[in-house]
Amino acid sequence: MAALGIAMGGGNWFSALVLGVTLLKCLLIPTYHSTDFEVHRNWLAITHSLPISQWYYEATSEWTLDYPPFFAWFEYALSHVAKHFDQEMLNVHNLNYASAKTLLFQRFSVIFTDALFVYAVHECCKCIDGKKAGKELTEKPKFILSVLLLWNFGLLIVDHIHFQYNGFLFGLMLLSIARLLQKRHMEGAFLFAVLLHFKHIYLYVAPAYGIYLLRSYCFTANKPDGSVRWNSFSFVRLISLGLIVFLVSALSLGPFLALNQLPQVFSRLFPFKRGLCHAYWAPNFWALYNALDKVLSVIGVKWKLLDPNKIPKGAMTSGLVQQFQHTVLPSVTPLATLICTLIAILPSVFCLWFKPQGSRGFLRCLILCALSSFMFGWHVHEKAILLAVLPMSLLSVGKAEDASIFLILTTTGHYSLFPLLFTAPELPIKILLMLLFTIYSISSLKTLFRKEKPLFNWMETFYLLGLGPLEVFCEFVFPFTSWKLTYSFIPLFLTSVYCAVGITYAWFKLYVSVLTDPPAGKTKKQ
Amino acid sequence: MEKWYLMTTVVLIGLTVRWTVSLNSYSGAGKPPMFGDYEAQRHWQEITFNLPIKQWYFNSSDNDLLYWGLDYPPLTAYHSLLCAYVAKFINPDWIALHTSRGYESQAHKLFMRTTVLIADLLVYIPAVVLYCCCLKEMSTKKKIANALCILLYPGLILIDYGHFQYNSVSLGFALWGVLGVSYDWDLLGSLAFCLAINYKQMELYHSLPFFCFLLGKCFKKGLKGKGFVLLIKLACTVVASFILCWLPFFTEREQTLQVLRRLFPVDRGLFEDKVANVWCSFSVFLKIKDILPHHMQIMISFCFTFLSLLPACIKLILQPSPKAFKFTLVTCALSFFLFSFQVHEKSILLVSLPVCLVLSEIPFMSTWFLLVSTFSMLPLLLKDELLMPSVVTMVAFFIACATSFSIFEKTSEEELQLKSFSISVRKYLPYFTFLPRIIQHLFLISIIMMVLLTLMTVTLDPPQKLPDLFSVLVCFVSCLNFLFFLVYFNIIIMWDSKRRRSQKKIS
Repeated sequence: MAALGIAMGGGNWFSALVLGVTLLKCLLIPTYHSTDFEVHRNWLAITHSLPISQWYYEATSEWTLDYPPFFAWFEYALSHVAKHFDQEMLNVHNLNYASAKTLLFQRFSVIFTDALFVYAVHECCKCIDGKKAGKELTEKPKFILSVLLLWNFGLLIVDHIHFQYNGFLFGLMLLSIARLLQKRHMEGAFLFAVLLHFKHIYLYVAPAYGIYLLRSYCFTANKPDGSVRWNSFSFVRLISLGLIVFLVSALSLGPFLALNQLPQVFSRLFPFKRGLCHAYWAPNFWALYNALDKVLSVIGVKWKLLDPNKIPKGAMTSGLVQQFQHTVLPSVTPLATLICTLIAILPSVFCLWFKPQGSRGFLRCLILCALSSFMFGWHVHEKAILLAVLPMSLLSVGKAEDASIFLILTTTGHYSLFPLLFTAPELPIKILLMLLFTIYSISSLKTLFRKEKPLFNWMETFYLLGLGPLEVFCEFVFPFTSWKLTYSFIPLFLTSVYCAVGITYAWFKLYVSVLTDPPAGKTKKQ
Repeated sequence: MEKWYLMTTVVLIGLTVRWTVSLNSYSGAGKPPMFGDYEAQRHWQEITFNLPIKQWYFNSSDNDLLYWGLDYPPLTAYHSLLCAYVAKFINPDWIALHTSRGYESQAHKLFMRTTVLIADLLVYIPAVVLYCCCLKEMSTKKKIANALCILLYPGLILIDYGHFQYNSVSLGFALWGVLGVSYDWDLLGSLAFCLAINYKQMELYHSLPFFCFLLGKCFKKGLKGKGFVLLIKLACTVVASFILCWLPFFTEREQTLQVLRRLFPVDRGLFEDKVANVWCSFSVFLKIKDILPHHMQIMISFCFTFLSLLPACIKLILQPSPKAFKFTLVTCALSFFLFSFQVHEKSILLVSLPVCLVLSEIPFMSTWFLLVSTFSMLPLLLKDELLMPSVVTMVAFFIACATSFSIFEKTSEEELQLKSFSISVRKYLPYFTFLPRIIQHLFLISIIMMVLLTLMTVTLDPPQKLPDLFSVLVCFVSCLNFLFFLVYFNIIIMWDSKRRRSQKKIS
């Protein structure tokens, strides 16, 4: 009884938050799940029933294994639990198999592996030096941060409705960030290396890790003006870091190297055959670019500058077209996006090198890397915005300026996830959860920074409020208009363009703030 | 209120939980020929929309009363009619006469669930929020925590959004009534309560405390002066609101009588199904239903009910106060549930509502009661395939209560409001100091029993000779708990003013 009392009461708010969100996840079990559910079931079947040499060759289902080896091993481990639920789901030829037990198992596997995420959030909360602690629990930065991370709208709908395993992957990432913040660099590097071999999308933020470790760990001292002291370089540290990364990679890729399958693995991991934009347009620079192209072509046809017969038919009428053909503006090649991404990342990395600002500088560089690759990357998923949103939560409770950027980024980024859930029963859930998260994040951060200048100017407020009418138009007005059949792409188009504006703005604002921040030596000693 | 955003968050959490539960199955899904309460509600829309008002409650070739005939008061019928108009707008097949029987589709389920959510959002949730905001002697944070717990009460969510009913409407109106009467808006309060009764006749369980409390107020003001005026005003309000609701049925005597016959089906027996009241639970030992003649059963159940609620009601007339009113609501509803004639397992919600209202005053006992009340509906919930949402919402509710009120630290005599009772017992038994400990142990035993029984019901097959073994056990255990709570709440009411007096003496 007493133990129960201590566990439950006694102001142990963290476990209450965790239990609450876990129960919510359990309630989400019967909701809609996307094809990703079948993707992961197929991977369970592949890893369970085939030898390793077949894993990256198997192509019975169209959802071939395209994650790095650690994730395949993860599925392999899961499959040994899965066989106690329903043997049938482990059959490679059982396409689109989704019995009640399969559903239960897959959903619970996500919920259970989220334990790692919970632990990572716990560690992150320990090492953030948020604004001075308020008196009330609900005004403590740690409490706010825990809610922002644990109850993150994006993670909830992507993992527990749409179906993916981002929870524990982000857990690994947050944990490695926490370790770096705690000055346990080796552990952080190790965790990040492991993470990269779980899901290679995290390569986007690898530059930040690399430069930070090199600058702040391999170089052990700074000159008084904050620039690097070249003779303080520690070879031992560099070599041990290199060793860690090498060993992890060897463990992951070694077996495939031995089987002489590396080219096949890489061709699965980096499928450049896919289109510039994902099925739904991720709200990034290319969405704006495509929109501009579309507008120009419409204007061109109207003013007789273009020949209507030359315009590719149906290029954008539905959101499901993989290859997008530009009509006016030049088409974009993968190489071009790669160059754009690198150019966008470079300044932030330079900043991290020349003006290292300790952990905050690292975090901001990491977010800029994630955001820049989201802005300019090839075939970006709208889900990738979480890569910037989650680390940004850590910053948001520290400074009012960051909080403002965080709120714009998060609200628009989360809103851009709406098209993921298009079924009617999930409509109230996504709206309610979005409102829940948005109202909470905005109000709590406003309360936290109430003594400083307002978080939003009138333009930002106007923009964020505009999301409401946009949602009403897309979900409640548009389906009842006569355009529904001929211009079915309009809601997706509007959503991604509107959100692209907000995310570009947040990216730009964060960049400006990073570049104009005074160097470390003057403001903060670290 | 400076913490409005937290209150909004709490309401949104409540709504999210409600909607996620509603994604699950409903009663009688895909079970012809009778289906369940979901089909009943749909059928009422069909009847009210297609038939003239005079035929709603009468058996005819178009209205087979044996197939979910309308047996709720007129407001429910009007509500069905309103929903039917919306249904007609979306898809006329849903309410087509005869042909729509047993209509089931994903879109229709969505529509029905939405009607429940809207009704809840309009009636029950605002009442809960307002009630919590009006609580006195409490920090804002506590008020919000209280609202969270009430909104997360699993019983109501599971029955309304899982099983399918519109309890939140009648309970919501009753809550508006409680609010009005407690804050001296007597006329509005009684109007709201009349609406509640006219929505669901089961609200009569609450009527005696309302009557006694208002009567007590009138007495207090002096029956010769202001009190008498108030009494007349109240009577007029009640009569007027009833007439308004029943207007179409007052045109002929036969109409009124037929509606009343439908509302109080005395020939349906002492109890149906498995319900955690005294008659059903103890029928294992003594089959009253078979031994005694029908009218004797009615007499006995009436006497028991009357006797068990009498003390609290008299006390309320003599010393009317909002606090005593809430506790009397609990005991009266509980007495009706335990002893009265023709009780449904879902009627426990009528007891749960007032218990939710005293959650902040006796958090430990209220949480316990609310858990037992949800547990007592387990057989019903299992039949509707709602195991998962039931377990999840019960655990969530428990955690919410435990963290918001730290209930395990509130088990002293003082916190259980048993101080004055213990003091008076100690006059005769000086060693009577173990009450809180006994209650703690009882709590543990009760929780363990509930968990074990749930596990057994879910995992084991009952022996062939006793197919109802587990549901009977569930009812029996719940009934024992309820009897204990009846005694407990009566003790609180009876020793209430003595406690206050003794406190005054000390101070």
